[in-house]
Amino acid sequence: MEKTKKGVRLEHISKIYQDPKTGKDFYAVKDTSLDIEPGSFVTLLGPSGCGKTTTLRMIAGFESPDEGEIYLGDEPINELTPNKRDTAMVFQSYALLPHYNVFDNVAYGLKLRKVPKDEIRERVMRILDLVELTGMEARMTNQLSGGQQQRVALARALVIEPSVLLFDEPLSNLDAKLRVSMRTEIRRIQQEVGITAIYVTHDQSEAMALSDKIIIMNKGVVAQMGTPQEIYYHPVNEFVADFIGEANFLKGKMTAKDGALAELDIEGNPLRIEAAEHMEVGKDYTLVLRPEAASLADEGGLPCEVVLSCFMGSYQNYHVKVGNTLVKLEEHNPKNRKIYQVGERCALVFDPRSVHVL
Amino acid sequence: MAKSQGAALDRKKLMADPIMVTTIVVLITFLTLFILYPLAILLVDSFVGDGTFGLGIFKRIFAMPSFTRAITNTLKVGFVVGILSALIGLLFAYVEVYVRMNRFVGGLFKVVSMLPVVSPPFVLSLSMIMLFGKAGIITRFLLGIYDNSVYGYWGIVIVQTLTFFPVCYMMLKGLLKNIDPSLEEAARDMGAGRWRVFQDVTLPLLLPGLGNAFLVTFIESIADFANPMIIGGSYDTLATTIYLQITGAYDKAGAAAMAVVLLCITLAMFAVQKYYLEAKTAATLTGKASRARMLIEDRSVKIPLTIFCSLAALFVIIMYICVPIGALFPTWGYKFFPLTTKWFKLVFTRYHGFKAFKDSFVLSFISAPITALLSMIISYLVVKRKFKAKGFIEAVSMLAMAVPGTVLGVGYIRGFSGGLFHTGILQGIYGTGLILVIVFVVRSLPTGTRSGISALRQIDKSIEESAYDMGADSFKVFMTVTLPLIKDSFLSGLVTAFVRSITAISAIILLVTPQYLLITVQINEFAEKGSFSLACAFATILILITYGAVLLMNLFIKHFGTSKQIKED
Repeated sequence: MEKTKKGVRLEHISKIYQDPKTGKDFYAVKDTSLDIEPGSFVTLLGPSGCGKTTTLRMIAGFESPDEGEIYLGDEPINELTPNKRDTAMVFQSYALLPHYNVFDNVAYGLKLRKVPKDEIRERVMRILDLVELTGMEARMTNQLSGGQQQRVALARALVIEPSVLLFDEPLSNLDAKLRVSMRTEIRRIQQEVGITAIYVTHDQSEAMALSDKIIIMNKGVVAQMGTPQEIYYHPVNEFVADFIGEANFLKGKMTAKDGALAELDIEGNPLRIEAAEHMEVGKDYTLVLRPEAASLADEGGLPCEVVLSCFMGSYQNYHVKVGNTLVKLEEHNPKNRKIYQVGERCALVFDPRSVHVL
Repeated sequence: MAKSQGAALDRKKLMADPIMVTTIVVLITFLTLFILYPLAILLVDSFVGDGTFGLGIFKRIFAMPSFTRAITNTLKVGFVVGILSALIGLLFAYVEVYVRMNRFVGGLFKVVSMLPVVSPPFVLSLSMIMLFGKAGIITRFLLGIYDNSVYGYWGIVIVQTLTFFPVCYMMLKGLLKNIDPSLEEAARDMGAGRWRVFQDVTLPLLLPGLGNAFLVTFIESIADFANPMIIGGSYDTLATTIYLQITGAYDKAGAAAMAVVLLCITLAMFAVQKYYLEAKTAATLTGKASRARMLIEDRSVKIPLTIFCSLAALFVIIMYICVPIGALFPTWGYKFFPLTTKWFKLVFTRYHGFKAFKDSFVLSFISAPITALLSMIISYLVVKRKFKAKGFIEAVSMLAMAVPGTVLGVGYIRGFSGGLFHTGILQGIYGTGLILVIVFVVRSLPTGTRSGISALRQIDKSIEESAYDMGADSFKVFMTVTLPLIKDSFLSGLVTAFVRSITAISAIILLVTPQYLLITVQINEFAEKGSFSLACAFATILILITYGAVLLMNLFIKHFGTSKQIKED
């Protein structure tokens, strides 16, 4: 694509809706500012009702922001209708035109742009080749599988060469296996075309697999924006830590500082971890511990009691209690390890560098 | 929290779409001018028609015994017809959904549900008179009764019930099909007998729907003009009284006030039906049946129900067949053989048959596509778009459903005979074919809109959004996506509008001028004069036209319909 890539910028965007039950207004999206770089793949991730789809629909133009301005590249686009915006959307339900065949579906946007017939033919065929649907042009859309329909929807969006591709949970109607292979496809095609993509999903593994950057939304506001690694290893709050991956929260007061190490009191047991800069003695902190970062041993670490021990094939799943705190952990490759049984007392051990302080 | 920016942007986006804006403006003008204004002028007339503002005219009409009698008559008929139609409709619906029927009975049911759609409204009155009247085949020749009178209360009740119960039957059939069979099976499993299950499960679930069917029929009955006109005799209802007040007594202000009274009654019922019962029906019966129902095979239930319904169905069918046959007898009531085509010949030679059919056909043929397109546009705007005036458009086009034809007719006379607000503006359309076409459109608009709305609700909103997103403006979206997807609904709307227009009489009889001869008006005239053979000949040809139109539509949908290619997966 010879076109220059464009980014998307949201400046203090808000959208207010009326609650149909109470009649009260509420912020579906509140004071959200984003800067999405040209050519990057960005995911809006969050639970249902967090405002991610509303944000996407405001970028597409279906909804109008009540506050703030949206820019495509450097151009403000608030006043443009969806058909005048240089964006193309892939819908959750695919939204293919049921009375057209595959070719006509993909060609629809080009016909509207009055592209000459020969060129339409050539561009449609090239895109169908890219999404690996060559030979399917004459099929009606209801003769396609879900995955194929999704490819048609993607081809239709790509063929008009928009500045930005928008995805509204496009894989949620597919079965689990297909979802995994389609997301690899989407990533491959996006990289090949080099287009800016904004992708809405509530599936964290999808977000991880696809994105250059993930934006986590909660209750209408951006909770955190960062690379998948940043978000996974350095979540800014409990919501983000819990939403991305599994997280255990250990709470305790900092009792001493020893150079680069901090000592905390966790359920009456001392624990030494790498001190973060902002930590002060006497204050309460919450530690995030990922299940795969911990393991069980006969002694050392935090004393605990096993309340669940379950063989899962690739790992052994434990729930243990440290005092009153429940900790979930996964010991991978359990074949060569000691298996602890329910009721057994042992120790929870982990590398002090692998916990994250909130 | 201020939503002003979003609202302003939405408005700007709308304004960027000139075709859409023009459409909305044209629609609002049309609805205001041809639905709201005629009704408003009735109100104005009935309060200030005698020169001073006040209740003078209402006092005058309520002092007329003929008017107060007409109110009681109308309500009495409406109530009884509503109950009878709902009950018979329920019986038919129950038998169809719950009882195993053979092919023949199933066929009878289908015919019964089709007949009222294709036949002019007063056909049953004609055949009632021909079968049971003074010279009726059954009363006089089979039973030897010479002085049987079918005119009056019972005549209207029977004819209207037979006309309207198929509507109830279709409504209730849809609801019964939506009851999950496992609910009833659960009750059976607990030990309830069939009758108990009906009483404890089916009936309570159906009750709002039954009330709905009752009210819809009630409104139809009250608004019915043709049947009371032909078979009512001296038993006047509101619709006929208003008609006589304006055509016989030339009391336009009085007729306007009477029309306001009639309108208030139907509006009140409509409000109850629309906002209370419809919501309740939807609330109790939302689920789709999870799987097929075990049909009743039990002979003690099956045989009596089937026999009763078959007889009733046969009776209705005979009533309809009576009309074409009646047109073939040399002299009804005296001489039956040999069958003759002389009445048909007379229709075309002496009674301007060709002109009548041409006028009716052309006017309906012009108004049908306008109606169909308008109702699809309204449905599209109502279901798929959001803008400020949407509520207005939806409300007014639904309001038209509650306006009896006679009321609308009087409204048009008062509203346009002297121009807008009696100023002479637009007076030109009065007495022309244009105003007839407009009346046809307004009268068929609500049904078309309703079916369009339900068809559009089936279509995923994102399909149109995707087209919009691809770069199509509203007009393009409507033409390339919406319309093709509801082609079936559009076609059936087209034919329904055509059939409704060509068989319409209540509003049109008040507005037609001698320069147009309409079939329905002719039938009414000949039936009034007692020339039943001629009336039957006219009616037969009318039925043939409407039936032909419906057949054509079905063929067309079968071969070119969208649903076929889309739904087949």
